[in-house]
Amino acid sequence: MKKYIDSGAKDTRSGFGAGLTELGKKNPDVVALCADLTGSLKMDEFKANHPERFFQVGIAEANMMGLAAGMTIGGKIPFTGTFANFSTGRVYDQIRQSIAYSHKNVKICASHAGLTLGEDGATHQILEDIGLMKMLPGMTVINTCDFNQTKAATIAIADHHGPVYLRFGRPKVANFTAEDQVFEIGKAVLLQEGTDVTIVATGHLVWEALQAAEQLNDLGISAEVINIHTIKPLDEEAILASVSKTACVVTAEEHNYYGGLGESVARTLTKNNPAPQEFVATMDTFGESGTPAQLMEKYGLNAASIVEASKKVIARK
Amino acid sequence: MPNQDQLQDLVVQVRRDILRQVHKVNSGHPGGSLGCTEFFVALFQEVMDRKSGFDMDGKEEDIFFLSNGHISPVFYSVLARSGYFPVEELNTFRLINSRLQGHPTTHEGLPGIRVASGSLGQGLSVAIGAAQTKKLNGDDHLVFTLCGDGELQEGQNWEAIMYGAAHKADNLILTVDYNGQQIDGSTDDVLPLGNLRAKFEAFGWEVMEIEDGNDLQAVISGLEAAKTKTGNGKPVCVLMHTVMGNGVDFMMHTHAWHGKAPNDEQLAIGLAQNPETLGDY
Repeated sequence: MKKYIDSGAKDTRSGFGAGLTELGKKNPDVVALCADLTGSLKMDEFKANHPERFFQVGIAEANMMGLAAGMTIGGKIPFTGTFANFSTGRVYDQIRQSIAYSHKNVKICASHAGLTLGEDGATHQILEDIGLMKMLPGMTVINTCDFNQTKAATIAIADHHGPVYLRFGRPKVANFTAEDQVFEIGKAVLLQEGTDVTIVATGHLVWEALQAAEQLNDLGISAEVINIHTIKPLDEEAILASVSKTACVVTAEEHNYYGGLGESVARTLTKNNPAPQEFVATMDTFGESGTPAQLMEKYGLNAASIVEASKKVIARK
Repeated sequence: MPNQDQLQDLVVQVRRDILRQVHKVNSGHPGGSLGCTEFFVALFQEVMDRKSGFDMDGKEEDIFFLSNGHISPVFYSVLARSGYFPVEELNTFRLINSRLQGHPTTHEGLPGIRVASGSLGQGLSVAIGAAQTKKLNGDDHLVFTLCGDGELQEGQNWEAIMYGAAHKADNLILTVDYNGQQIDGSTDDVLPLGNLRAKFEAFGWEVMEIEDGNDLQAVISGLEAAKTKTGNGKPVCVLMHTVMGNGVDFMMHTHAWHGKAPNDEQLAIGLAQNPETLGDY
């Protein structure tokens, strides 16, 4: 039944770099700004190909957000690049006022989201960014699951007019979505059909959800797996259609329990079709140092946790 | 182009607009607005090369960003009296459902405004970004921006000042409203700015001063001189010495009127000191 094959581990941030490189060639209005993390964000190739459209701003993220807002005036499409922590919490007021409130066409591209910056510890990780960004009126929030999807999303957001938060990670993860996929903002992807439980996952947890579905299948439990790459606007229709069939849901994300995807799904269910829900997320904690794999295990962000949550939620039906 | 008498009439009328807007809703910021009246009149009527009408991108024209958004009364008055929107709309300042929010915003689509401002320290970054886009577009027009002196206490400005010089944003003119006052008192009392001229020069900017920023002719000639300094590899900073509350005697030389509205009696005194010229709205 293995439907999705890992075509070779790749990092999502390299998907961003590949998408940006392609965009640079096809869209002359795309400009890129980086706060001293060109290599980490994989922006080197864009910089090499289009030095006149690449702006090194130094370790000055607040200025970077303001510059990006200003560059939209006259028609440019700025992509900013730094770690997720410094792309959101550090510059929240700049994003709120100069970008979101001002309706500026800025693409805030954030790498090393969640726990997977690993050994650097909590100062360089962030588990609150989805919540921060989704609360901003008019902000689109995207969290991609693998290299191919990140590349497709990077290209797609250039054609969407308005502020976008694009969240991706550092480590190499399974690359399992189609290379030629069409990325539709706000449109969930049904990865696997099932009848007993709906697993709604985002980012690095999508692959874990697929692994969990296989393990559940071995236990005789049929799981439906949905990839929510766009957290805002949320594809409520897809979630409700699935839950009307399965009558319960597990949400899975590399983010705090407060303010993340799970909370958005819970709101949707409460309003339309209340159903039992279990949350695979970090439980109101900061991260810590460790390898990404160790951290994902310690904080319960893996297939095993999704399996346990699924059993629990089915029992609550 | 208006003659000097007409411009001076506009200055007086804008002062009346400021007082009346703030008085009507018993809120807003008259002090800094009055201190920058000559600057706004000079900029919009004489200095900037503007297209007729308004579009967000402002290509092939000079554009302006207000960073210290709390002086919205003077900005709104001069925009309206320069044809961006009906002067009567000044009646809606700070009222519910108005396009004239307490601090300027693009949100309600008010012509003349290209970015929201009010949370201090952000305008210079936006202005530099817009200046860089003008260069990418091959548009040789200029970007002007105004910030308050107290606003320079915000660290983001110094990120932007460093960046502007490093990236040779020489199509940009930053004017600092150098009145030495902020909400809690003088800038010297709250957090001294030190030698601003030396600081900007040390950061690689071309610096000029306008000694009397409330003398219309001095402001016009100062800004025209600043224009001649552009295109030489350095961004240009104009330190414009102004008097907060200028034109209304009891509001001058004090921070007391930074964010306080006059009562009926005070309004009458202020208006009497600035008799109607072009007509009230």
